[in-house]
Amino acid sequence: MKAYDIVIVGGGPAGLAAAVAARKSGTDSILILERERELGGILNQCIHSGFGLHTFNEELTGPEYAARFVAEVKRLGIEYRLNTMVVDISRDKVVTSVNREDGMFSVRAGAVILAMGCRERSRGALNIPGYRPAGIYSAGTAQRLVNREGYLPGRRVVILGSGDIGLIMARRMTLEGARVLLVAELQPYSGGLKRNIVQCLDDYGIPLKLSHTVVDIQGKERLTGVTVARVDASGKPIPGTEEQYDCDTLLLSVGLIPENELSRGAGVEISPVTSGPVVNESLETNIEGIFACGNVLHVHDLVDYVSEEASAAGRSAAEYVRGLSADGAGTVIRMNPADGVRYTVPFLIRPERMDEKMTVRFRVGSVCRDCYVSVYFDGERVLHRRRPVVAPGEMEQIVLEKEKILAHPGLEVITVKIEEA
Amino acid sequence: MEKRELICIGCPLGCPITVTLDGGTVTAVEGNTCKRGDDYARREVTNPTRIVTSTVTVEGGCDRTVSVKTRTDVPKSMIFDCMRALRGVKVKAPVHIGDVIVPDAAGTGVDIVATSEVEQQGAGIV
Ligand SMILES: Cc1cc2nc3c(=O)[nH]c(=O)nc-3n(C[C@H](O)[C@H](O)[C@H](O)COP(=O)(O)OP(=O)(O)OC[C@H]3O[C@@H](n4cnc5c(N)ncnc54)[C@H](O)[C@@H]3O)c2cc1C
Ligand code: SF4
Repeated sequence: MKAYDIVIVGGGPAGLAAAVAARKSGTDSILILERERELGGILNQCIHSGFGLHTFNEELTGPEYAARFVAEVKRLGIEYRLNTMVVDISRDKVVTSVNREDGMFSVRAGAVILAMGCRERSRGALNIPGYRPAGIYSAGTAQRLVNREGYLPGRRVVILGSGDIGLIMARRMTLEGARVLLVAELQPYSGGLKRNIVQCLDDYGIPLKLSHTVVDIQGKERLTGVTVARVDASGKPIPGTEEQYDCDTLLLSVGLIPENELSRGAGVEISPVTSGPVVNESLETNIEGIFACGNVLHVHDLVDYVSEEASAAGRSAAEYVRGLSADGAGTVIRMNPADGVRYTVPFLIRPERMDEKMTVRFRVGSVCRDCYVSVYFDGERVLHRRRPVVAPGEMEQIVLEKEKILAHPGLEVITVKIEEA
Repeated sequence: MEKRELICIGCPLGCPITVTLDGGTVTAVEGNTCKRGDDYARREVTNPTRIVTSTVTVEGGCDRTVSVKTRTDVPKSMIFDCMRALRGVKVKAPVHIGDVIVPDAAGTGVDIVATSEVEQQGAGIV
């Protein structure tokens, strides 16, 4: 069986950045496995601009952003296999894949980096019994059809859910000549970034109705219309608020979910909150030598942060294969998301192992105005940062310093919470 | 004195910006985190601009389409004119990032350029 120091599963922005960082940290033997016929992941269909401002100080489109990392991977001579689907990862880090040339084959990995990205939620989004006529697509599928296949799936469109991909597609289909009648969002707040509301909906006069959902769909073969109604605080449709929209297309943009079947197979512990692996400061899972980054770890809205996180995972994996992080002993501090904070990544911190500065990313559960993000070392508040507004659609972050943590010997729990002003 | 509330679209932080106008001249910009936000706010209240992105058909390539963008911002009012300039445009593979697809789109003085690579069909997929 062929062996590599690091095997990376997935050649999207996370996998690419992890590979580049691992190589730059001195690991030569790296293999990237990607099931599509090109590297770059989901970015290849995200043709709009706005990527990379943080990383390259330039506003790039998705394919351009991906191309920079692909070029770097090629320049560094990092090995990759396309059209190769990983089907199993074992606890002792044997990675099994299938492709057309080799059939099924296995490689032994010193360390594995999970970078499989996420998929779109769809099941349960339409809580309506009965027919599913043609014309109902997930927003990501529509994005692929329009941007990669050059096919416009419909001309009169209603979008359910205000996730970023739905907002981006509202603009994209409008530019291609379709009419987007409405974006309906079940929650009382938008799921997408504010900038996307401005430049995708407001610019084109597309209405966004919060606390609304689709309660009925019409059409047998092909969709002919949908009924939209207002919902109450518990999400139940309010009778008498129904409105009728004649449309041939309904897009669902109701969120993303990390793709972790392979991780589970390897025995990786999955958080019920993020649907991604439970990781420590090195982005290492409960299985020693298996790391995770990008959307497989938790859903990101920003590829720049994916690249940053993935570079950290790549460096950690490189250290691991050099035997720098072999001992499992030492103190472990638990991260405790509380009062409005749904989760943090990482979940655990071994202070001896952390970098001088470490970014902790988290999401809140609901919109909160004029509040503070607070961090407590056990009972003591060490950070209290004012935020005009926090929202579930936008990932938050704080930075922890190793020096400060080491100055608190015996520290057991770091709590991150939202406090009212 | 007129105040306008904007969300900066310069980057995904989406800073809330307040612009104060006095008879059409900007007298103050507040709320931005960086210089881009200041630029954006001044432009947005006087001559709003956007980058336009789309795709065009490719012949003889590994992919059916290639993604494109206006190299720089164009006036917001010209977005649909740029889209019209792209209608029916076909290019032959190979296409490289930065290749000019439509020069001087719709008289904006801005070129529309390719933003992805499309190899020729059969050109050995590596
Ligand atoms: C439809 C969609 C649109 C998005 N639009 C934007 C946007 O406009 N702006 C933005 O900043 N972010 C956007 N995002 C978020 C975006 O996902 C991240 O910015 C970034 O692409 C995540 O990188 P990743 O490498 O973690 O995942 P991905 O880009 O999804 O890459 C994962 C890769 O792993 C591969 N893979 C998965 N399973 C296997 C397997 N078993 N074997 C081999 N390979 C496998 C996949 O083929 C894919 O190439 C979007 C996400 C989605 C799903
Ligand atoms: S002001 Fe600067 S940091 Fe804030 S959204 Fe605009 S570009 Fe981003």
